[in-house]
Amino acid sequence: MSAKDEILGRIRTALADTPVTEEVPREYRTTSTMSQEQLIELLVDRLVDYKAGVEVIEAEQIPEFVASKLKDASSVVYPQGLDARWLSALGSEVELRLDAPGARLSVAELDATSAVVTSSAVSVAESGTIILDGQPDQGRRAISLVPDHHVCIVPVSTIVQLLPEAMPRLSITRPLTWISGPSATSDIELERVEGVHGPRTLDVLMVRGL
Amino acid sequence: MTQVFLGMPAGGQGNLFEQEPFPKAAHRELGNTQMRKNLRHATHSIRDKRLKVVGELPDWEALRNAGSTIKNNSMATLEERLLEFEKNFTARGGVVHWARDADEANKIVTDLVRGTGATEVVKVKSMATQEIGLNEHLESEGIDAFETDLAELIVQLGQDKPSHILVPAIHKNRTEVRDIFLKEMPVVDPNLTDEPAKLAEAARAHLRKKFLAAKVAISGANFALADTGTLGVVESEGNGRMCLTLPETLITVMGIEKVLPHWEDVEVFMQLLPRSSTGERMNPYTSLWTGVTEDDGPQNVHIVLLDNGRTRALADRFGRTALNCIRCSACMNVCPVYERTGGHAYGSTYPGPIGAILSPLLTGIEVEENGSLPYASSLCGACYEACPVKINIPEILVHLRGEDVDAKREKHKLPTQMDLLMKGGSWALGKGKNIGLLEKALPLGRLAAGKDKKIKKLPGIAAGWTKSRDIPAPPNKSFRDWWSDEKESK
Repeated sequence: MSAKDEILGRIRTALADTPVTEEVPREYRTTSTMSQEQLIELLVDRLVDYKAGVEVIEAEQIPEFVASKLKDASSVVYPQGLDARWLSALGSEVELRLDAPGARLSVAELDATSAVVTSSAVSVAESGTIILDGQPDQGRRAISLVPDHHVCIVPVSTIVQLLPEAMPRLSITRPLTWISGPSATSDIELERVEGVHGPRTLDVLMVRGL
Repeated sequence: MTQVFLGMPAGGQGNLFEQEPFPKAAHRELGNTQMRKNLRHATHSIRDKRLKVVGELPDWEALRNAGSTIKNNSMATLEERLLEFEKNFTARGGVVHWARDADEANKIVTDLVRGTGATEVVKVKSMATQEIGLNEHLESEGIDAFETDLAELIVQLGQDKPSHILVPAIHKNRTEVRDIFLKEMPVVDPNLTDEPAKLAEAARAHLRKKFLAAKVAISGANFALADTGTLGVVESEGNGRMCLTLPETLITVMGIEKVLPHWEDVEVFMQLLPRSSTGERMNPYTSLWTGVTEDDGPQNVHIVLLDNGRTRALADRFGRTALNCIRCSACMNVCPVYERTGGHAYGSTYPGPIGAILSPLLTGIEVEENGSLPYASSLCGACYEACPVKINIPEILVHLRGEDVDAKREKHKLPTQMDLLMKGGSWALGKGKNIGLLEKALPLGRLAAGKDKKIKKLPGIAAGWTKSRDIPAPPNKSFRDWWSDEKESK
């Protein structure tokens, strides 16, 4: 008998008393009561609490703010689907590295890249969570992981208050990365400190009119 | 006829056993004042944080109710859920393996690693692999396993044992961690301070090359979604993302009870888990993956579905809700017993209140080593209140105590001291007259007391009571006698 058949057989034996299933009481909140301004304010508050850098800006200010956040970077990786105009104000000394299908940067190259700029799919204000789902303007997972500085664009139209509101906006079978602040640990005396293996600096540009 | 036993739930193996009876281990651990200080500090600060972030949600109880029902439903339909998960995970390019027990899981993982030609692997913190002793097994097969979670790294470098399911090095304070790093890291700044941020930085430098060069990673999973074939890992440091993203091969070992019916269920558990475990609104990183994604992440993706006693626990209709556990650790953080004895006293991979029920449920209470765990509790109920999926731990503890007594009675065939005591108790408490009669004899107890009017040692199993406390000598008159004298004199 295969392990699978045996385990399934054991489950049948264990459930010989045929426990019944019940309808799940989904009485938790699933719809927001907040205006867009309140959502922005809440998300800013949460991200600042996580020690992320946050700016709320207009769409035309993106190049200027991207450049100011990356003024110390020597190289920047960006995914193929990112609006190239967003990088247009970067100084000529900053090397731009495109990561595209068929032209992937190696892990070593990513490790030698100072920063990454991506967009994002949806953000949850209440928990301060930005979700990346690997669409072309966010790229594959490695590019937003290996460089030590992540500049992430969050269009304010993609902010929801509650996690249950974010779910229908996600394609769950795409590789998803949920980011709530820069990398951190609570492993020493259960106190949160920022900066471990993932990007140690997270700058979020929340953009109106995008 | 072995045929009869096929398909019968069997007890788990591996690191699920007490190494010695809990009272003995607890007694020794209580002597470690540094550990007690560290634990008191850590558990108290996490309690306050948890209460604050839980208090923020007006629908916390609704989320708990949903979480509990989802888990119950999943367990009630476990066979269908697992088959559905297998179908969807396989359709997306993943490979599913089934393991009856720890040995079989260890062998499957070893063969998979061997197949890649790699001689080392990076690991994301995982309770399942801790439970089956995977690192030790891989080592014996010539494969080095590197733990990448900071607390696991501290434990591994210090050749120590985990004492907490979320923060395995909770028994160490920052200075002790610094000392371990200075002693065990091959390359480390000799002026390293004990500032947590500096220690985190040292861990980053220590592991960076390993991550970038790793060919194989081994992870656990916080959940599997049956209707999409998706797996999820919840973490903080980014070590999880490194392991789940950069290597060519990813092997996940997951207990069969981790499967959730619907992908929407994530919205419930990702609200319950971070707030219950680290007291955060959300953990820094969560990764979800469904089989293989072309051009993004590992291209060889495996999962080992592990029984190792879970079907044994499932067969206990009063105890099966212990399988609903999402490993948040809230129960141990609020437990007065855990706070004082620490996790090592429980022996098993799973310490604290949940461990006191889960370990004997997985192995079977009749396994002598785990007989004392259900007594490692004052039944105060703090764990039940804190549990995000409402596992009634005190009730299961009492149920298991009963099972333990039954198992021992069966073994000895003769009435034990406890049986006789209980019989006596039932006679005495059954009628007012009987207890009155017994009370008449109370003043005789004064003879057993010393000069200081304290009884220091009771005979037989009652000696357990006087081991750590004295009993004041009884008064020279029982209450009943005093009462009737009072009435007469009025």
